[in-house]
Amino acid sequence: MFDTTLTWNDLAFLAQGAAMTLAVTAVSVTAGTVLGIIFGVLRVQLGAVWAAPLTFVLDVFRSVPLLIQLVLGNAIQAIAKLGWAPFTTSCVVLSLYTAAYCSEIIRGGIEAVPATTRRAARSLGMTWWQDMRYIVAPLATRVSLPAWIGLTLGVMKDSALVLWLGLIELLRASQILVTRLQEPLFILLICGVIYFVISFPIARFGGYLEKRWSPND
Amino acid sequence: MLNYTFHWNQAFKALPQMLDGALVTLQIALLSMVIGLALALTLTAFRLSGNRILSGFATTWVEIARNTPALFQIYMAHFGLGNFGIHLSPYTALLVGIAFNNAGYLAENFRGALKAIPDTQTRAGRSLGMTPVQAFRLIVLPQMLRIAFLPVTNQMVWAILMTSLGVTVGMNTDLAGITQELNARSFRTFEFFALAAVIYYIIAKLVTLAARLLAARMFRY
Repeated sequence: MFDTTLTWNDLAFLAQGAAMTLAVTAVSVTAGTVLGIIFGVLRVQLGAVWAAPLTFVLDVFRSVPLLIQLVLGNAIQAIAKLGWAPFTTSCVVLSLYTAAYCSEIIRGGIEAVPATTRRAARSLGMTWWQDMRYIVAPLATRVSLPAWIGLTLGVMKDSALVLWLGLIELLRASQILVTRLQEPLFILLICGVIYFVISFPIARFGGYLEKRWSPND
Repeated sequence: MLNYTFHWNQAFKALPQMLDGALVTLQIALLSMVIGLALALTLTAFRLSGNRILSGFATTWVEIARNTPALFQIYMAHFGLGNFGIHLSPYTALLVGIAFNNAGYLAENFRGALKAIPDTQTRAGRSLGMTPVQAFRLIVLPQMLRIAFLPVTNQMVWAILMTSLGVTVGMNTDLAGITQELNARSFRTFEFFALAAVIYYIIAKLVTLAARLLAARMFRY
C-alpha cells in the first residue's frame, strides 16, 4: 500500500498547495477581522433596530453555502468587468464570509463587558474612545479570542472550497496528484495530515486559552 | 459599466426543478443529522466508558472531523475508499462525509454539555439503586440533550450548507448540483446561483425557526 511512485517534486507541489491555502487564509482572516471589528462595533453602537440592515446582510453570508457565495462573487466580478484573478475573488468572498462571523464574535465580546464597568469609565471622564481602548478592548478580547481562533481555523478549512474557482490550493493539488498517480487513499492521507498538523496545535491552544480565561470554571 | 442583460425568467422557469433539488438537499441534511446524532451519542458513550481503546477511538474521530475540511472528508469517502474496493455513489459519499463531520462536532457539543451536569446527580441516581446505564439514560441524557439543543440546531444548518459540497464529487440531484447543471447548459451563472442562494437562505431560516418552535414546546418547564 505504501509502495508508491510519489516523488519529491510531487511533495513540493503539495507544499505549494499548502502555501496557497495559508496565503488565502492569511489575507482573508486579516481583512475579515478588520471588517468584522468595524461591523461588530457598529452593530453595538447603532443598536438592534438601526443595525438591522447590516445584521441582515451579515446573516445572509452565514446562511448561504460558501461554495455558492464563491460562484456568485466570481459571476459578479465578471459582470462588472473587474477582471479579478481567482485569488482576488476568493480572498474578497472569504473576507466577507469571515467578517460576518467575526462581527458576531466581536459583538458578543463587547456585550460581555458589564454596562456598569463602562459607565464607571465614562464617569471618570474617559472619552468613548478611551473607554473602548482601555476598558472594553482588554475585557472583550478575553471573551472573543478563543472563538476568533476557532473562526480562523474554520476559514482555513473552508478555504479548500476555492478550488472551485480554479485556485490550486492543498486539496486541489492532491486531487491533481491523485489523477496522475491513481493512488487516492495515500495522497489524500498526506493532504489530511497536512491540514491536521496545521489545525490541531492551534485548536488545542485555543481550547487552552478558553479554559484558562473562563472566569469561573 | 454593466452591459450584461439579466435573464431572470430562465431562472424562474427552472424554479420547480431547483425546489426538487432543495428537497434532496434537505433529505441529505436530515439523514446525515440522524446518523450523526446516533454516532455522536455512541462516541460520547465511548468517551465516558473509561476504556482506553474506546475513548481513544472516539477522541481520534472527533479530532479528525474537527481539524480537516469537510470537503476533504467527502473526498475521502468518494475517492479514498476506492482503495479498499468500496466505490460510493456521490449521494452516499456526500452522506457519509457529512455524517462523519456531524458526528465529530456533535460529540464535542455533547462533551461540553456533559460538563454542565454535576457529577453528584449521577451519584445520587446510583445511590437510589440505578445501574450506571439507567443513571445516564434517565438523569444525565435528558439534561445533556436540552443543553446541547442549540448547538445541535446550528450543526443542522451547517449540514444543510455542507450538502452544497456534493457538487464537487459529481452530485447532480441536490440544489447545488441542479443549479450547476442548469448553469452548464445556459451559462446564466449569476441568475441561477442567486436564486439558489435565496433558496438556501430560506431553508436555513425555516430550519432555525422550526427548531425554535420545537424547543419552546419540548423544553418548557
